[in-house]
Amino acid sequence: MSRDSILGAIRRGLKRGALPADQKAMLAGRLAAHPRQIVPARGMLPLEERVTLFAQFIEREFGTVARLGRLDEVPGAIAAYLAEQNLPPALAVSLHPLLQSIPFEHAAQLRLRFGTTLPSDEVCLTQAFAGIAETGTLLMPSGPTRPTSNNLLPDNAIVLIEAVRIFGCYEEAFDLLRAQGAMPRNVMLITGPSRSADIEQTLELGAHGPRRLHVLIVDGAA
Amino acid sequence: MQNNGAFQENAKRAMADAGLQQAMHRAGPHFVARRTAAVARLPEFEALREAGKEIRNHAIANLDFYLETYAAAVEASGGVVHWCATAEEARQEILSICRKAGAKTVTKGKSMVSEEIGLNEYLAAHAVTPVETDLGEYILQLREEGPSHIIAPALHLGRAQWEESFRKSHTDLPKDRVFRERRDILTEARGKLREKFLAADVGITGANFLIAETGSSVIVTNEGNGDLTQTLPRVHIVLTGIEKVVPTIEDTLTLLRLLARSATGQEMSVYTTFSTGPRRAEDPDGPHEYHVVLLDNGRSGMVGTEFQDMLRCIRCAACMNHCPVYTAIGGHAYDSVYPGPMGSVLTPMLVGVENAAALPNASTFCGKCESVCPVKIPLPNLMRHWREREFERHLTPPLARYGLGLWAYFARRPTLYRLATRAAAVSLGWLGRGRGHFGRLPFVGAWTRTRDFPAPQGDTFFAQYAARQREARK
Repeated sequence: MSRDSILGAIRRGLKRGALPADQKAMLAGRLAAHPRQIVPARGMLPLEERVTLFAQFIEREFGTVARLGRLDEVPGAIAAYLAEQNLPPALAVSLHPLLQSIPFEHAAQLRLRFGTTLPSDEVCLTQAFAGIAETGTLLMPSGPTRPTSNNLLPDNAIVLIEAVRIFGCYEEAFDLLRAQGAMPRNVMLITGPSRSADIEQTLELGAHGPRRLHVLIVDGAA
Repeated sequence: MQNNGAFQENAKRAMADAGLQQAMHRAGPHFVARRTAAVARLPEFEALREAGKEIRNHAIANLDFYLETYAAAVEASGGVVHWCATAEEARQEILSICRKAGAKTVTKGKSMVSEEIGLNEYLAAHAVTPVETDLGEYILQLREEGPSHIIAPALHLGRAQWEESFRKSHTDLPKDRVFRERRDILTEARGKLREKFLAADVGITGANFLIAETGSSVIVTNEGNGDLTQTLPRVHIVLTGIEKVVPTIEDTLTLLRLLARSATGQEMSVYTTFSTGPRRAEDPDGPHEYHVVLLDNGRSGMVGTEFQDMLRCIRCAACMNHCPVYTAIGGHAYDSVYPGPMGSVLTPMLVGVENAAALPNASTFCGKCESVCPVKIPLPNLMRHWREREFERHLTPPLARYGLGLWAYFARRPTLYRLATRAAAVSLGWLGRGRGHFGRLPFVGAWTRTRDFPAPQGDTFFAQYAARQREARK
């Protein structure tokens, strides 16, 4: 079987047999401890500076940001954004408890459909599990309340994140994810809207994923 | 594959290709400037390079352990691992998975390993239609060309060629449509490929990293094509090399901090995605089957040799972006799946040095590649090892062997060497004293045909060095 021949060839190269039990235990210990390596200083800022850096990097990467005080400001902010972008007031919304708790009656003109996006949806609202300030990155795991397609299919992505979920570095966000149990099937780190520079090394937004990424940072509860 | 003559012919043709030269002039400075700026924004970058090197070395030194741990984690999450010693085995495994899935079309994320094993030709010959979804790979598939760069595959093409290929291939669209700007080309491709994504039965991606701790495969894209490829079809196949495994998420994050900055000068690629097994019972989307095809194809043979350092490579392309040879002639001249410095080291390992003899010689040994490598691979040294092997196996051309022999004769006799160089320096200096340079010289016609040879100014290096030492001692 190729498995044995590949492992055998590697061991011959390393001039040893399978690792002895004590060395295996040492490596298993490293896996269990999963030690952090170097974390950049800009990934270790206090909350308010983190939020500012997070927003700066999103804008640098051609996304847009709105900071809201409370959850009940979200419907108005979405309606205003869609009008500003000349988009119809209709959106798919991931079936996430936080998104379900938004008082959408504050913007009665918005037409909503909860669940997984269809290829025809132009706009989708999702919730970010975590934000990462060091590069303006959103951490989007998959799960029953977070379909992966919702991050990808619509031309316009609106992502809601609570300010307290904005961490300094990737490691902190993954610590939180680990605390929830096993690794979800899919974990996306998203930094800005989709793009390609394949045509003459010139950047164009909206290759296969969303052309626009709008992030709503919410400070407090409803 | 390449002998020295063929490579030199390719290089000459590339230098005379105006379109290619324009493309290279556009791309070269762009990559270099963006990487330099990204590195300058992160004070920890140098320390990260050292950490990245250590992580990769640790993974390779325990590769058997981490591969077994990784495979066990994939299986625990409901995935299937296929170990393939050769390219042929990998092609057969993938075809067999496609057939079991009843697949007619297969979408593909960008994968250099797929190029390495010639997967597209093989699938097409067996009634499975592969569709490349990375924009650059897509147009290359339409044009039936190979990539000329490992992360910017269509770097050699200009806008006119994009338009021409789209008009020729997308015959269902109006003939008189106008491409006003690059965005129109992109929009057309997006529309075409969206249909393919939704119709595909199987999606094949590569992997930038495999994580032993969690059994995850990690891909990095800017377009989102890899994500649609691995999310929408019923079956996801990951095709990658055995050397891609790293121990933990934290180790992966360290390498990710190096990857995009070294590659495109981005702080982070737009989509960095960790996939772990098939769709869970409660998941609303994602593939029902998750397969990993682990390819060896010569890699295990590098472990324990002087080429082991090459297994650290994370395929960022910084070495080729900064290479004076690559940026002058482009990737196709190498006639090798992996071009540039990393390709010059890797390709002889994959196809045999007798089939790639020119590649380790396609370098000026300026050392730039090593200085920008995010995991500090000593690329010039590794190319030198190949040159030594070529010399030992008499793969070096006779004239070059004769020249090296002549040089070695003098180099082993220091007094004679100094006398000869001094005689040459003094006489050339005297002959060229009027103009300061020569337009033509015997025996070096290949040099003087395209540039002047400067006349030596004064004495030899040895003589000047000795004189300065004497001066310093006074």
